[in-house]
Amino acid sequence: MRDYILETEGLTKEFRGFVAVSDVGLRIRRGTIHGLIGPNGAGKTTCFNLLTKFMQPSRGVIRYDGRDITPMKPAEVARLGLVRSFQISAVFPHLTVLENVRVALQRERGGSYDFWRSDAVLRRYDDRAMELLADVGLSVYAQAPAGTLPYGRKRALEIATTLALDPNLMLLDEPTAGMTHEDVDRIVALVRRVAQGRTVLMVEHNLKVVEGLCDTITVLTRGRVLAEGPYAEVSRNPEVVAAYLGSDPSVSGGSQGEVAAHA
Amino acid sequence: MASATTAPPGVPAAGIPPVATHQGYFGFTRAQGIALLIMVAALIACPYFLYPQFLMKLLCFALFACAFNLLIGYVGLLSFGHAAYFGMGSYVAAHAAKVWGLTPELAILLGGVTGAGLGLVFGWIAIRRQGIYFAMITLALAQMIYFVCVQVPFTHGEDGIQAIPRGAFLGLIDLRADMSLYWFIAGLFLLGFLLIHRVINSPFGQVLTAIRENEPRATSLGYRTDDYKLVAFVLSAGIAGIAGGAKAITVGIATLTDVHWAMSGEVVLMTLLGGLGTLFGPVIGAAAVVGMQTYLAPFGAWVTVIQGCIFVLCVLAFRAGIVGELARMLRVKL
Repeated sequence: MRDYILETEGLTKEFRGFVAVSDVGLRIRRGTIHGLIGPNGAGKTTCFNLLTKFMQPSRGVIRYDGRDITPMKPAEVARLGLVRSFQISAVFPHLTVLENVRVALQRERGGSYDFWRSDAVLRRYDDRAMELLADVGLSVYAQAPAGTLPYGRKRALEIATTLALDPNLMLLDEPTAGMTHEDVDRIVALVRRVAQGRTVLMVEHNLKVVEGLCDTITVLTRGRVLAEGPYAEVSRNPEVVAAYLGSDPSVSGGSQGEVAAHA
Repeated sequence: MASATTAPPGVPAAGIPPVATHQGYFGFTRAQGIALLIMVAALIACPYFLYPQFLMKLLCFALFACAFNLLIGYVGLLSFGHAAYFGMGSYVAAHAAKVWGLTPELAILLGGVTGAGLGLVFGWIAIRRQGIYFAMITLALAQMIYFVCVQVPFTHGEDGIQAIPRGAFLGLIDLRADMSLYWFIAGLFLLGFLLIHRVINSPFGQVLTAIRENEPRATSLGYRTDDYKLVAFVLSAGIAGIAGGAKAITVGIATLTDVHWAMSGEVVLMTLLGGLGTLFGPVIGAAAVVGMQTYLAPFGAWVTVIQGCIFVLCVLAFRAGIVGELARMLRVKL
């Protein structure tokens, strides 16, 4: 077993001259929760899109479990166990909550191209789907269309759907964005629980969440890695404080004072 | 967050509802089952009241619209060139029946294979593009087919293929009588309709719905979405080809009208009018459009104007189409 489940070297993405991500070298240690933070426009989501192959990097190499995945397609890396969530809650709104999870469980069959077969064959996944829903507290919603769920519950459903694939590496894009305090606490507890036995890489704006959850954090600004290490160490780094206070005063209320206090 | 026991509207708060009870018989909900029974009853009763020739034409277009709806209603792909598959299916079936002397079911099957083959090539090219670009590419490719049909000898240009023999079903049952042919066409329509229903309610259909709802998410779950779209495209084009072939055998002629872009427009109209993404919508839509064309024929060119007005009315007032609005009123899935 390798120490690092995901490594990048010189990862760069340019959009017509604008460098969104520049020479990023990430190393995600197996079995940890790794946070990716940085002010708005720092390139965090672009980074995510590159790692999950939703975008092709201009330069650089991405290695997953020692294997070069740079030329792969997004569906292929998902099959290798590297599964992402999205910043905007990504559910299938007209499918029921149960069906949402089942579509992910259905991946186990391989390609579902059997258009001649009744979807009754999918019922064997119902029990497992209900277990996953119970795990994120959505059992009572099972038969409701996913689109009718309140925002926080949609995020929980998204995590359940991601978990259905039993990923080795979960990439969560701002799992607590736009949530109320109670919702945030719920999701934090959930992420901590589901991270058992896997690796999590998360983009997060809320520094309280990052501090509570992440073993290691990487700070990005203007597409570059500014600092990397445990939260306590990184939050004392004067450059990080400057990046946060200097360029993005709107960063998660309450937490920035903390960074400043450490400085 | 609200306490964990709070249920969303429509879900009983007490206890966990049983898993997946909404699937009725063979994937039909109860409302759909009733509608299906009504449709089958109408299929049996109608030829005794209405002109069978008109009904057969209607059923061919209904199947065509159902095939189109599979793509736009359940995958969210607007193909603006479905006339190519319908028209080529029509020509090939006509040629096979008239020149090669094939039995009608084989001729129609060949029409379906032609539609599917064409759909495989065109779909493969078009599916890499999204939205309006997808529609434009399918239209451009269909126009290419139109011009090919104008030029190649086997379509007989402006004359079309005429006097196509109806032949005998399996070489045994003579279809020259209108009523015999009617049962054959009605059976074919019903088979096609049930096939489409099965596709929608299959493990494949479940993935298609997921792709329609949120394609990036489906990709992130490991589905090669382009492949699924292509299979759906081929199925839709194949069934459109079968509908075209059936139309050629029914009407006895295959002409340029079948491959003209106006035919692609007509199938869009039928589907929208009936209700996009509903099982029965395209059938009702086809009945409305073919009915108008037949019974308003005395008004000549005004038919197109009336059709246009109805289309505008539909877009403005009944977005969901006839069946879509009905389903909303009755709060059921149709």
